[in-house]
Amino acid sequence: MEEKKELRAYKEESYPPYPTKATKFWRRNFIYQFFKFWQLNYKIMRIVVKGHT
Amino acid sequence: MARVVVLGAGISGHTSAAFLKKMLGKKHEVIVVSPSQYYQWVPSNIWVGIGKMKVDQVRFKLNKVYNRWGIIFKQAKATTIHPEGDSTTDSPFVSIEYVSEDKNGETEKVEYDYLVNATGPKLRFDLTEGLGPDNNTLSVCTFSHADHTWNELQKRIELMKQGKKQRFLIGTGHPTATCQGAAFEYALNVAFEIRKRKLSHMADITWITNEYELGDFGMGGAYVKRGGYITSTKVFTESVLSEYDITWIKRAGIKKVEPGIAHYETLDGEEKSVEFDFSMLIPAFTGQGFKAFNKQGEDITDVVFAPNGFMKVDADYSGKAFEDWSINDWPQTYQNPTYSNMYATGIAFAPPHSISKPMTSPNGTKIFPAPPRTGMPSGVIGKIVAQNIAEFIKKGATEHKHTANMGRMGAACIVSAGYSLTHGQGATMTVSPIVPDYEKYPQWGRDIEATVGEMGLAGHWIKLFLHYMFIHKAKGYPLWWLLPE
Ligand SMILES: Cc1cc2nc3c(=O)[nH]c(=O)nc-3n(C[C@H](O)[C@H](O)[C@H](O)COP(=O)(O)OP(=O)(O)OC[C@H]3O[C@@H](n4cnc5c(N)ncnc54)[C@H](O)[C@@H]3O)c2cc1C
Repeated sequence: MEEKKELRAYKEESYPPYPTKATKFWRRNFIYQFFKFWQLNYKIMRIVVKGHT
Repeated sequence: MARVVVLGAGISGHTSAAFLKKMLGKKHEVIVVSPSQYYQWVPSNIWVGIGKMKVDQVRFKLNKVYNRWGIIFKQAKATTIHPEGDSTTDSPFVSIEYVSEDKNGETEKVEYDYLVNATGPKLRFDLTEGLGPDNNTLSVCTFSHADHTWNELQKRIELMKQGKKQRFLIGTGHPTATCQGAAFEYALNVAFEIRKRKLSHMADITWITNEYELGDFGMGGAYVKRGGYITSTKVFTESVLSEYDITWIKRAGIKKVEPGIAHYETLDGEEKSVEFDFSMLIPAFTGQGFKAFNKQGEDITDVVFAPNGFMKVDADYSGKAFEDWSINDWPQTYQNPTYSNMYATGIAFAPPHSISKPMTSPNGTKIFPAPPRTGMPSGVIGKIVAQNIAEFIKKGATEHKHTANMGRMGAACIVSAGYSLTHGQGATMTVSPIVPDYEKYPQWGRDIEATVGEMGLAGHWIKLFLHYMFIHKAKGYPLWWLLPE
């Protein structure tokens, strides 16, 4: 995504938390996301298994 | 020999039919009635709408699969239900009208021992004046709508390239529309595609929704544990929109759309308008509007169906006040209370009430989301209904051994936020249960440990993986039955 967003008070869209460069980096870091892929799949599977009673 | 008729071959009906046939084998008959010759993996329509998938990647012809499985397929639409038969027969039946090329217009009475109604939602563009692909807005609800929307999006991209600023309006197109998740995904994907082409400065994208707060998603929002806080999905959703340069209008019930302008009422009762060049708005959903008749031919539609056209099941329809809602209001077996051999699964069952708090403007307009029924519960419900029916038929069981209550079942939803194997994103969201249970989880209504809301590339990979996995399953490829719903 493009960087350098201007955050200004008194604009509704400026109040929510905005991801830092580091957050954006980790969101697209292959190794970290590979780990996340399995972790999130595991969390999803837990819910799926619970739903199939 | 018993005969089970399944109406609808969407996520719920197709799952139901597949398990019914697998469990009942050759001795019993499974018939599927559906007007489309295709199965479609609806969630991936979002990617058709941004040109990342072709229509044929999200659909396949049903007859090939059904021939292999030994399921009888009738490409037809159900029109009326006769749960007691009529003057000529004591067997319950459903009247159908063929839409296939070879039999177009022909009608037939299809008798059944068990009926599974899995006909999903009727897309009610007509409930909002000027809404829909035949009028002034676009849709991604079906693959053909999504394909058309992609053509329109390309035109807008060309105009932006020529230096003409474009206004995009994406969200809910009716004061009580649901399916916010799908519209939200589409807004993020459009923003991603525009940004990828370095045209963000030429686009104004607005998210418009009937939710009281963003992130409600028709389930009263949720709480997620992140960064040392328990945070509402409102914060999460606003943060994502802000990151994608999308502004928003909330508590808005769109009542009329004219070319390039949508008129809406706010929860405060104000009448407002917003202009657009491109607009994708989700319509209201109702049931298919079947009529039902008793043996004497009297209209019993209101006995079998709720006023919104969805089929009544074992839910509590007494119309309790919001404060008195409980997970026990929600159905478990999906059996029709009047006719025990009829079931409704997926979106086709009538929910007892919304999950979001009902809100009304000073003018009396209801502005809040109807309850969503996403893919996972639709599939699970289809499966447990199939299991119960198969056990009734094969083992003479009389009790429903398998149940699925949305107040006990969780759901996972991956919100696509950009299609790219290296730069894409997806928000992985899970909630458990879907309907908040304040008795069991007094603090947050849900199991906070099981609730996830995470943004990242992994989300995109999961969504793509699920696309291939569910198509594999729906095509009945090896070990399909092992794959979860
Ligand atoms: C764009 C979009 C994106 C989505 N993304 C997600 C997602 O990411 N994750 C998720 O969990 N959920 C998602 N959903 C929701 C999900 O698609 C639905 O929960 C699911 O499709 C419901 O399944 P169903 O079988 O009840 O209905 P449907 O899938 O709508 O199937 C209904 C079936 O009934 C048939 N039918 C209609 N009328 C008749 C008739 N008169 N007689 C016989 N048959 C009839 C139809 O042809 C169809 O085969 C999305 C929805 C949309 C619109």
